Amino acid sequence: MQIDPIHQFEIKTLLPMMNVGGHQISFNNSALFMFIIVGTVSTLLIGATTRRAVVPGRLQSIAELSYEFVANTVRSSAGTEGMKFFPFVFTLFMFVLFANLIGLIPYSFTVTSQLIVTATLALLVFFIVVGYGFWKNGWHFLNLFVPKGVPKLILPAIVFIEVLSFLSRPVSHSVRLFANMLAGHITLQVFAGFVIMLAGAGVLGWFGAALPFIMVVLLTALEFLVAFLQAYVFAILTCIYLNDAIHPGH
Amino acid sequence: MDPTAAKYIGAGIACIGMGGAGVGVGIIFGNYLAAALRNPSAAQGQFGNLIFGFAITEALGIFSLLIALLLLFGL
Repeated sequence: MQIDPIHQFEIKTLLPMMNVGGHQISFNNSALFMFIIVGTVSTLLIGATTRRAVVPGRLQSIAELSYEFVANTVRSSAGTEGMKFFPFVFTLFMFVLFANLIGLIPYSFTVTSQLIVTATLALLVFFIVVGYGFWKNGWHFLNLFVPKGVPKLILPAIVFIEVLSFLSRPVSHSVRLFANMLAGHITLQVFAGFVIMLAGAGVLGWFGAALPFIMVVLLTALEFLVAFLQAYVFAILTCIYLNDAIHPGH
Repeated sequence: MDPTAAKYIGAGIACIGMGGAGVGVGIIFGNYLAAALRNPSAAQGQFGNLIFGFAITEALGIFSLLIALLLLFGL
């Protein structure tokens, strides 16, 4: 039996809309799941905060915990001045977290396993950092690339490396999330394929199939950790990049 | 050599790079744990740095995995 582990990432057109310059613009399963994610996050947070009790209930605790968690992250890595970006970082964190978690439901679609989605988010962060950096600091923003206390002889090489590392940020920022989700889901699929292949081999195969089945269960638990960790990593890197725009001096 | 075979061999070789990332992530978490056992009260404050270092190191391993995936499914 042939199992294609890449099949789950296929984009399916659900509602063809129009054709612009040879590019098909349509409502696909990726867009559908993005609406589901935004709907889930909005329902959860609005529902949790309508009845504001002094002693929080279960829902309100979730909302308060996530708020405090992200607020502490922003405050510790971008300073109190960075708190003006808190709504942005919180939105990014909740979107990525719920995209990862909803993607773990079998037969659903993982939005963050599409490079174009994560690249768009990373480029948004990148341009906000560049735009805000120049708007707030003017040309002093370029001090970011000139570390203090470096001998003049090697300064050009250092500046070159700093610029290069700054430009490669959106690449690593987006590819990290994308590749983590892609690799995790492919691994799950491959081990699930082992179960089916072994179970199809007869009674003896059923006992053999138990091993990859246990592995799938454990990997799913690991994937929940990865889903949360990658959302956190995405948020904390956003904070660190924003910190460069707010305080460009090294 | 058959191009398809060369592609699969290349994907396998590309994955060796992940070993380096594995070593790096191990060093980061090992050192964090060692430091946290020496001074548990300061450990909580360094959690952000831990995750940051982990993310930077992991990215390099992910890049080699990406090359392997590109060879297998992209090109």
